[in-house]
Amino acid sequence: MEKIKQVIRKNTMLLILIIVTLIFQFLITRSGSSSLFTPANITNLISQNAYVVILSTGMLLCILTGGNVDLSTGSMVALVGALAGTLIVRQGLNIHLSIFLCLIVGILLGAWQGFWIAYVNVPAFIATLAGMLTFRGFAWIILDGLTISPFPQSYLKYFNSFIPSNPEIRFVFTLTVGILLSVTIFVVSLVFRLRKKSIGYKIISFSSFIVRKILISLVIIGASILLGKDKGIPAILIILSIIVFVYHYFTSRTVYGRHLYAVGGNYQAAALSGVNTKGITFLAYTNMGFLSAITALVSVARFNSAAPSAGSSYEMDAIAACYIGGASAYGGIGTVRGAVIGGVFMGILNNGMSILGIDANWQMAVKGFVLLAAVIFDVVSKNRVQVES
Amino acid sequence: MENKILVMKNITKKFPGVIALQDVNLEVTRGDIHAIVGENGAGKSTLMNVLSGLHPYGTYEGEFFYNKEKCKFESINDSENKGIVFIHQELALIPQLSIAENMFLGNEQGSLFNIDWDKTYVESENFLKKVGLNVSAKSLIQDLSVGQQQLVELAKALAKNVQLLILDEPTAALNDEDSQNLLKLILDLKQQGITSILISHKLNEIEQVADTLTILRDGSTIETLKKGIDDISEPRIVKGMVGRELSDRFPNRSVDIGNEVLSVKNWTVYHPVLSKRKICDNINMNVREGEIVGISGLMGSGRTEFAMSLFGKSYGKNISGNLFIDGKEVVLNNVKDAINNGLAYVTEDRKGKGLLLDETIKHNISLTNLKSISKNSIIDADAEVEIAEEYRSKLNIRSTGIDQHINVLSGGNQQKVLLSKWLFIEPTILILDEPTRGIDVGAKYEIYTLINEMVEQKKSIILISSDMSELLGMCDRIYVMNQGRFVAEHENINLSQEMIMSSILRSDKGVL
Repeated sequence: MEKIKQVIRKNTMLLILIIVTLIFQFLITRSGSSSLFTPANITNLISQNAYVVILSTGMLLCILTGGNVDLSTGSMVALVGALAGTLIVRQGLNIHLSIFLCLIVGILLGAWQGFWIAYVNVPAFIATLAGMLTFRGFAWIILDGLTISPFPQSYLKYFNSFIPSNPEIRFVFTLTVGILLSVTIFVVSLVFRLRKKSIGYKIISFSSFIVRKILISLVIIGASILLGKDKGIPAILIILSIIVFVYHYFTSRTVYGRHLYAVGGNYQAAALSGVNTKGITFLAYTNMGFLSAITALVSVARFNSAAPSAGSSYEMDAIAACYIGGASAYGGIGTVRGAVIGGVFMGILNNGMSILGIDANWQMAVKGFVLLAAVIFDVVSKNRVQVES
Repeated sequence: MENKILVMKNITKKFPGVIALQDVNLEVTRGDIHAIVGENGAGKSTLMNVLSGLHPYGTYEGEFFYNKEKCKFESINDSENKGIVFIHQELALIPQLSIAENMFLGNEQGSLFNIDWDKTYVESENFLKKVGLNVSAKSLIQDLSVGQQQLVELAKALAKNVQLLILDEPTAALNDEDSQNLLKLILDLKQQGITSILISHKLNEIEQVADTLTILRDGSTIETLKKGIDDISEPRIVKGMVGRELSDRFPNRSVDIGNEVLSVKNWTVYHPVLSKRKICDNINMNVREGEIVGISGLMGSGRTEFAMSLFGKSYGKNISGNLFIDGKEVVLNNVKDAINNGLAYVTEDRKGKGLLLDETIKHNISLTNLKSISKNSIIDADAEVEIAEEYRSKLNIRSTGIDQHINVLSGGNQQKVLLSKWLFIEPTILILDEPTRGIDVGAKYEIYTLINEMVEQKKSIILISSDMSELLGMCDRIYVMNQGRFVAEHENINLSQEMIMSSILRSDKGVL
């Protein structure tokens, strides 16, 4: 019993996500408008919400440094998108060079803000609020208020295509990838587990280990079946997975990641422990610029156009995802895993309400309410844990 | 029958892992000045926090009566409404607001939507006069000296119609003259019928003003002494506080002092904001191998600032002077340089500047030296576990495991984690700033033992402490610091607290 309680406590948000998903599934099937889990809808869900997941991993780093957020994210997406449109469509510049330039500009925008925040001590809220206005303004100036489209196929293929392109082997290929992935994860974790056991470290019981791996495999294989029935593995899913994996590894296993938590957990203690607190803060905001640029490239491909109004309120979705995922508003606490769960949560919410045909105005109100409810639940359950311990 | 204003019966208060108070009894007679003495961690502040409602009713066992009425305080407001005012050691004034605004904070004059500023200023000047402070009520707190701020706190208490005044170390940060003024004021208040509870380490002051005296040790009441009936001389009090001979508090060690490893010449540090104020003034000192060197001084004398300025310029501006390590001059521009030169600084403020409270023991210990357990910036999780386990058992950190979070540990165990993280860089010179503040006697002894072990391994220690008996018990040599200067240097042979105090007093009078 105590064990079950602990599992629930550790995975509160994941459980809420599953419950909300099931509620939507129930409502959707009852209303007769097919299902949340149709192959086409899964593909949709991924391409619609890629931006939240990418941005929330970046936003998490900013939040970790001290509960600060980057408000200029959406504007950076618009500005870099405008640049991509100008270079690729208007100037007809080489695609790879254009992508490279866009990423560099994103990094520079992030570094510009990071510099003021980290080295001149301008409050992050103010610096990025200024950035939000400035960058959005530049996006309008560059595009002269117009929307640029369409993008050449040679650009779109990097973001919008599916693997494999041959429809005949699609299902078999996707399923094989899913099974291989599951097996790899199982084997790798088993090796780590055995190694840990041989040195004598604490490990979780074998039964819960197996249960965990089976659940993960089921999700992966289930998703691969659904994707296989539709168009295959979306390129965007691969980009997304790489980003999530890299940042998960960065925050949990590297020295810089650890320093990020230290800076947010106790700035002075980190400084007195020899952590380069300013450098770490600078890094977090610079990285946000980089991920905003990637999001811009993804977004212009998805809409097949660059518009000055693109990316509006993206920053708010990313911030919400982080907080839903358990990040602390004071910094120092939060995980990439949580941010991704938060992102998916927002995605399911958007997608489910759209399928149900809920009015767009209502959708926003519901999203706000659910955000508050989710965080209240998290705060209350954590308070209880502290009282008990 | 005597008129008791306060009777506390069998108060027991537990924190995770520590029993702070165990069946404590306290009776305070109306109109008395009642002193409470005890070592750091004896439970004095905890007891007062129970009394003032900071630890609300229900979080402790036992009961207490104020004016014969049983108290169930839920918050400080409840106790203040009854006329109990607690003046904390760290003053609770808002620096950016004026004296008058501070004095009536939460008790604003006039109506809710229309503060009567005229009344506020007139009233507050009245109270300022009562405490003998001749400054305008419109002056900002940040422009006052610490002594003046202490008087403002007293005036604020009067404005709340105080009957029972609790003073926690009121003179700790004051010079001798200000202290005497304050004590005189407390005696004046006594004439006006105000009862005071005085917590202080300065036993001579207690001897001077207290009517009654209660001694706490390790969370229990030891005895209550009355002036005129019992002996309340200093040695008598100390015996009650310590409960055994002073020498037993400190473990023995063999002294083997080698060559000079650190020397500081003409070290001057300016305030980071007020760029004309000297915080450290032309300090010279040296430390030899295997030596424990103490720095004694009152709060605010610049001890911590001096230590932090040495440690990679973590404090202050325009630092001048020379620093030599192993005979070679070094310039330490940041904490990394300091660590690389074998220096470690264990802060006095373990929660504010020392530990990541929301993190685990493991992550706190490894933070200072992640480099040694990582390859290409990737942390070897197994090595980290090993290191954390090693220090956990070596320093006897009582916890459920290395994955326990810091904020649920007791003060003593937090201090051990803080020490661990600095031992992990294997320093040659360790600066310990108040390493035993607020921890219980048992943990203190363990930390003293650890310090001795380090010295026996040829390391050198700079020990900064407000607790003079600690310095006398541990150090080979003691520097005395006052108002930013090193005013005396004593070999610790037949040295006494009085000799250290007189060095401070003489320097206050300008005689060096």
